[in-house]
Amino acid sequence: MSDIAAGPLAEGLADPAHDSQRLFRAVLEAFSHPGRIVTLPDPPPAAAPLSPAATAFLLTLVDRDTPLWLAPALDTPAVCDFVRFHTGAAIARQPADALFAVLTPGQSGESGAPPLDSFLIGTDPYPDRSATLVIELPALTGGPERHWRGPGIQDRQAVGLTGLPDSFWTQWAANRALFPCGVDLVFAAGSDLLALPRSIAVET
Amino acid sequence: MSATTSPAAAQTQRQRWLSILAKAPADRLEALWRGLGETPDYTLLRRPEIGLVMVQGRTSGSGAPFSAGEMTVTRAAVRLGGGQVGIGYVGGRRPRQAELVAVIDALSHLPNWRQPIEDRIVAPLVEEAEARRRQRLAKAAATKVDFFTVAREAGT
Repeated sequence: MSDIAAGPLAEGLADPAHDSQRLFRAVLEAFSHPGRIVTLPDPPPAAAPLSPAATAFLLTLVDRDTPLWLAPALDTPAVCDFVRFHTGAAIARQPADALFAVLTPGQSGESGAPPLDSFLIGTDPYPDRSATLVIELPALTGGPERHWRGPGIQDRQAVGLTGLPDSFWTQWAANRALFPCGVDLVFAAGSDLLALPRSIAVET
Repeated sequence: MSATTSPAAAQTQRQRWLSILAKAPADRLEALWRGLGETPDYTLLRRPEIGLVMVQGRTSGSGAPFSAGEMTVTRAAVRLGGGQVGIGYVGGRRPRQAELVAVIDALSHLPNWRQPIEDRIVAPLVEEAEARRRQRLAKAAATKVDFFTVAREAGT
């Protein structure tokens, strides 16, 4: 308890029951329409260095049954205390132990960083036992455009995410090939979310 | 109680305070809190919420643990402007008291608040609790039956 009191702790949801339902609806909206930018209504204050959207996502979906892995850049005592205090989730030491993770783009594409396949991908009988990764980006628009195709998208959707290396999309193709297994992604920037479920194919 | 206490002593004091505050009558604590006058602003980190905790007992006090039953508990957590965090747990459905306990717990991290809280909140509550205990003991003592003579007669 005394180590909680050591650093400033960000507040969580003002009204946990209703706020988490409201935010869950927004996350659901993002996952039902991959590639569509969903602006979270009235997100909670960000637990720096997390973005408001990632903070809201964690407060809504993470709990004591879902170990969370944090990229080294985000794995600060303040964030760990925040997650433990408000969600009760354990901080996983290995990507393979986590059901949720928050990454920075440098972490998920470049060498030395955990590739997508180092996270849980589920099994054929239980594809739901896979990890959901939140990737913090500087912006969800303005990057090189790629075309997304799959359930939830009529024809094709052009998405121009900023800050992702090309190698990331090679990894994504491999992840897509694992279907029905594989990880699901959510990109976060400011208070915006954009989902990339495993069922989506990305073309240049 | 001085400003420079060792971590172990500070923890013991915190436990003592939290125990006294949690067991105090809600209206009495509220009155004493008002009596403090100007108090720092705080943010609710976890607003008072009511839940159940499983109370564990041990057979004969030292044997195997068993679940004695659930009790209602209210908890709250606050943060002061300076980042000090306070946590309050009280038995029953008492949201306001849980919040007050959390604020007082947070203030206990500030050296200049320790003495006023000890003198003006904790000490009176201890005194009153002790008075209530004595009164209960006196009431119980008045109904005491001395079986001494009966036992002696039975023994002879």
